[in-house]
Amino acid sequence: MKILVAVKRVIDYNVQIRVKEDNSGVVTDNVKMSTNPPDDNAIEEAVKIKEAGKAKEVVVVSVGEEKAQETVRKALAVGADRGILVKVDGVIEPLAVSKILKKIVEKEKPDLVFMGKQAIDDDCNQTGQMLAALLNWPQATFASKIEVKEKTLEVTREVDEGLETIEVNVPAIVTCDLRLNEPRYASLPNIMKAKKKPIEQISAGDLGVDVKSRIEQIKVEEPPKRKAGIKVASVEELVQKLKNEAKVI
Amino acid sequence: MSVLLIAEHNNKEVKPFTFNAISAASQINEDVHVLVIGSNSEEVAKSISQVPNVKKVINVNNPIYENYIAENYTSVIIKLSGNYSHIICSANTFGKNLMPRVAALLDVSQISDITKVISEDTFQRPIYAGNAFATVKSNDKIKCVTIRPTSFDPAPTSGGSAEIQNGDAAEATEITKFIKKEEIKSDRPELGTARVVVSGGRGMQSGENFKLITAVADKLNAAIGASRAAVDAGYITNDHQVGQTGKVVVPDLYIAVGISGAIQHLAGMKESKVIVAINKDGEAPIFSVADYGLEADLFDALPKFLEELNKLNTIQK
Repeated sequence: MKILVAVKRVIDYNVQIRVKEDNSGVVTDNVKMSTNPPDDNAIEEAVKIKEAGKAKEVVVVSVGEEKAQETVRKALAVGADRGILVKVDGVIEPLAVSKILKKIVEKEKPDLVFMGKQAIDDDCNQTGQMLAALLNWPQATFASKIEVKEKTLEVTREVDEGLETIEVNVPAIVTCDLRLNEPRYASLPNIMKAKKKPIEQISAGDLGVDVKSRIEQIKVEEPPKRKAGIKVASVEELVQKLKNEAKVI
Repeated sequence: MSVLLIAEHNNKEVKPFTFNAISAASQINEDVHVLVIGSNSEEVAKSISQVPNVKKVINVNNPIYENYIAENYTSVIIKLSGNYSHIICSANTFGKNLMPRVAALLDVSQISDITKVISEDTFQRPIYAGNAFATVKSNDKIKCVTIRPTSFDPAPTSGGSAEIQNGDAAEATEITKFIKKEEIKSDRPELGTARVVVSGGRGMQSGENFKLITAVADKLNAAIGASRAAVDAGYITNDHQVGQTGKVVVPDLYIAVGISGAIQHLAGMKESKVIVAINKDGEAPIFSVADYGLEADLFDALPKFLEELNKLNTIQK
């Protein structure tokens, strides 16, 4: 079995987001970037399946600018075998990403495609489901447990009411939730080894995919600021304020 | 043109977020049609027909829809999509799973998780876990939109009498099979929708100490949350995590205990109506978003807090 894992380079989750003064977007220059957190779970799961002898190869793919190569390299350092970078400049919508990934799937013919459930920059939560639709493959979203069977996967999904288990035929798309596993850190020797692993670079244009935006971004604004609160001196005062002033208890 | 809203239900009852989605849909266009895909789901169709904002209910009833499978729902929606300018559902795990599959097949760029309707084609939505808000305009012919339920009041559930029409089932998928659903049986409200949330952070020092949080949460009928630091330290499971990589919550009251207020945590709770912070570090960033800050050792403050709550004659549920 072969697993393709899609990863995205995003602003690190610990960075304070700043909106550009002209409201055209958020500041990304000189800002720490890292792998989208649930994509780390996707890589970890693929590597674990390979280590368990149930997959032969883990290929990692990212769609983004030149620097997304670092994100691919990081995945290689925790056990992926080789990488693909599809180069695109600027913002690209999930629909276009899923069309690009479809081309990669047609070329690589993986049995499974894993990715994070959502990217923490645009918060769209679309790409996996869209790719599944375009390929007419089953989708298992928000996976918190994956069991590889002979020709199927049994996936436990985190849904609002609790947990749901479904069985999907292979080939399938799985989007990973944070509870799926504990992503490992890359060891120094593995980081060194990853430098020798191949990363193929392709441009979106070569794949014949139209990456033009369909959605017009009119403006990006700061969220409304909370007005400064007060400090209370005691627990008694706190309870009294909550009861009589805020009226929430 | 009209709006097609996809109902979430369990064949007996309508899931509450459907009503929030109906109210968002009627802000986009008054001609709201609700699609119920289910098995023996007549009661669901009937109760939706009583929502005054709804003009028509389409009930697609077939045993293959006993359990919700996105692949199956999508085929039904695609067949009906030609008559609509918008397809809408709530941005919870139901709608997040479903809508992109529909959008991709219609070759539409979906707009996720809107918090405001500005016009028929323009919406506001949070990005970076609510650290910024984007105003976006869709230029697609059919607009596929999911709505953030907590940003829209639920539509009234009585007074209407919309026509109920039967719709046709589509072919059943063979690639995905439902196996089971285990609903978490808890007397406690769900984190995502609770009126009150009490959360603990690294300051709790151990999983054992979370019993102090539990006691207060029991008293307030609250859900229990946690910071990523507390989850990473193993004090509590990941499903309690509030923040950018966990759940985004907007309760009436959010009580942050022993949480310093890392950016990633603030992203998940700073839209709460009233925020309380209890922390012994007076400089902790959490105080910058708190309506009421108490600079105190939580191990003294929490038992005292419970004691004071016990003295109250009534507590809102």
